[in-house]
Amino acid sequence: MAFAERLRRGWDSDLAYSFRTSPVAIVSATLTLILLVGAIFAPLIAPYDPFDPATLNLMNGRTPPFSANQITGDYFLLGTDDQGRDMFSTILYGLRISLFVGFSAVLFALVLGVTLGLIAGYAGGWTDTIIMRVADIQLTFPSILLAMLISGVAQVWVDPADRQEAAIIVLIVAIGLSDWVQFARVVRASVLVERGKEYVQAARLIGRGPTAIMLRHVLPNTLSPVLVIATIGLALAIIAEATLSYLGVGVPPTQPSLGTLVRIGQDFMWSERWILVTSGLTLLVLALSVNLLGDWLRAALNPKLQ
Amino acid sequence: MLTFLLRRLFQSFLVLLVTGLIAFSMFRFVGDPVEVMLGQERTTEDIAELRDRLGLNDPFPVQYANFLWGAMNGEMGVSFQQGRPVSDLIAERAPATLELAAVSGLIAVVLGIVFGVYTANNGRGIVAQTIMTGSLIGVSLPTFLIGILLINLFAVELRWLPSNGRGETVDLGWWDTGLLTASGLQAMILPAITLGLYQMTLIMRLVRSEMMEVMRQDFIRFARARGLSERSVTFGHALRNTMLPVITVIGLQLGSIIAFAIITETVFQWPGIGLLFINAINSVDIPVMAAYLMLISVMFVAINFFVDIIYVMIDPRLRVDRAGAR
Repeated sequence: MAFAERLRRGWDSDLAYSFRTSPVAIVSATLTLILLVGAIFAPLIAPYDPFDPATLNLMNGRTPPFSANQITGDYFLLGTDDQGRDMFSTILYGLRISLFVGFSAVLFALVLGVTLGLIAGYAGGWTDTIIMRVADIQLTFPSILLAMLISGVAQVWVDPADRQEAAIIVLIVAIGLSDWVQFARVVRASVLVERGKEYVQAARLIGRGPTAIMLRHVLPNTLSPVLVIATIGLALAIIAEATLSYLGVGVPPTQPSLGTLVRIGQDFMWSERWILVTSGLTLLVLALSVNLLGDWLRAALNPKLQ
Repeated sequence: MLTFLLRRLFQSFLVLLVTGLIAFSMFRFVGDPVEVMLGQERTTEDIAELRDRLGLNDPFPVQYANFLWGAMNGEMGVSFQQGRPVSDLIAERAPATLELAAVSGLIAVVLGIVFGVYTANNGRGIVAQTIMTGSLIGVSLPTFLIGILLINLFAVELRWLPSNGRGETVDLGWWDTGLLTASGLQAMILPAITLGLYQMTLIMRLVRSEMMEVMRQDFIRFARARGLSERSVTFGHALRNTMLPVITVIGLQLGSIIAFAIITETVFQWPGIGLLFINAINSVDIPVMAAYLMLISVMFVAINFFVDIIYVMIDPRLRVDRAGAR
């Protein structure tokens, strides 16, 4: 009974109403969900394991989509690349890497930004000045350029032997570092508002320490704008990852993400076009639907913006 | 005003010092430069002599100061990959990037203003709605994907335009231009659109919202009441009053155009500075990377500094505010 009640209340809420009446939101949410499911369950869905060289057969190379290979007779839904890798499986795994890097980068940026924002807002004084000055300076550079520079410089620092394994971590840190400022600014602004309220004074009076007040009392009241920024940040992080991987400074070629696949596809665009078309279209749908979903959420949670 | 200026100058200086430090540490600590330069056949005396000649035995701050001094005089070392001075490589490739940036900036500003004015005044028309939807899709997609879409449509499918390179160029002695030949101009079209699209959307949306704001104001109603034509109201009165924020945004976007040129140049294999940098990363060519890092930070710091100054000069309110508050 309680569950049904909660469900009904959720259905009637403003957010759900705005969702139900926005075709863009419904379509982009559905597409995002499909891609997300595909990425999470890639090992179950994919007919082949693109990273297992044993299943590769060079004879299957360059098979067009929706048809069987003329020599081996194997069927591939979206064709194969030059190595005979099944494009459908490779794209599913690529999607998995793209989304993993995107989510991790946003999480990294969120934790870093929220922490620094809390500290800046609560401590004030010199700490605040230094953190926010760094944030100001960083804002003057486009975040994708920063991610590119950080990841480029960091790759050089890493020992060549570890570069393959470290590449994904470097990428996550680079994208995360380029994107923490928004979180910090929003959290700091709401901390400044919340700090003076009675409940914070009350918490201080009953003797709670600054860390407890920040984490248990102030933080929960600053989270709603953080959620919006995280959604938009996710779209940005996915785009940044794809761009960096396309440029060849992102994930290692042994673990291709969608960006890497597009780069490989571009080499074959005059003859085997499906390699580019299938991976490019997947990336296009992913970027577009996550972006539109973020836009919708921002507008729905913040009517002032409209 | 003076305090504000000095503060900003100090801040810019600090940023440059930090990026310089990063660039320098890359130089100094990633691999041993002596090993790189001498290769396999070397004696201990050779190493000691070269270390001395390169100043590697000096204390760290002295080395850093020397590095900065060299960078200021345009000496950025020798490329590991190509064995030529980095300053030569950059000077050689600068025209390609600057021409591309200038043309796409021009496209962005002209089309952005035209579309912005049009969509503001014809908000409900089909054309305006199409432009708005198109712009939303345009900003949602990664730049490189837009470039690839254009290549597929106009180069692979229709075969109207080249898919990569700069076409034929004319050497003017100190400047290598692609704007004087037919193939150079053709090669410019797709990259320029790719690079300018994002900025165009930004300017368009800004002009549109500013226009709609201004069109509601009294002086527009009075201009109409005086019997002025719609064109004169739109361009002579309304557009003029939207220009302040637009100019600021254009100024700030200059830096982004240079930054995004890295992506566009890679997609179209455009032989500019951005492609040089990407190739340098992939081949761990540290002097080139360090030089690019310095170059791009100087550029951004300079642009932001000037935009800030212009802002303060145009808007007197900021002068009081900033001098008082900071």
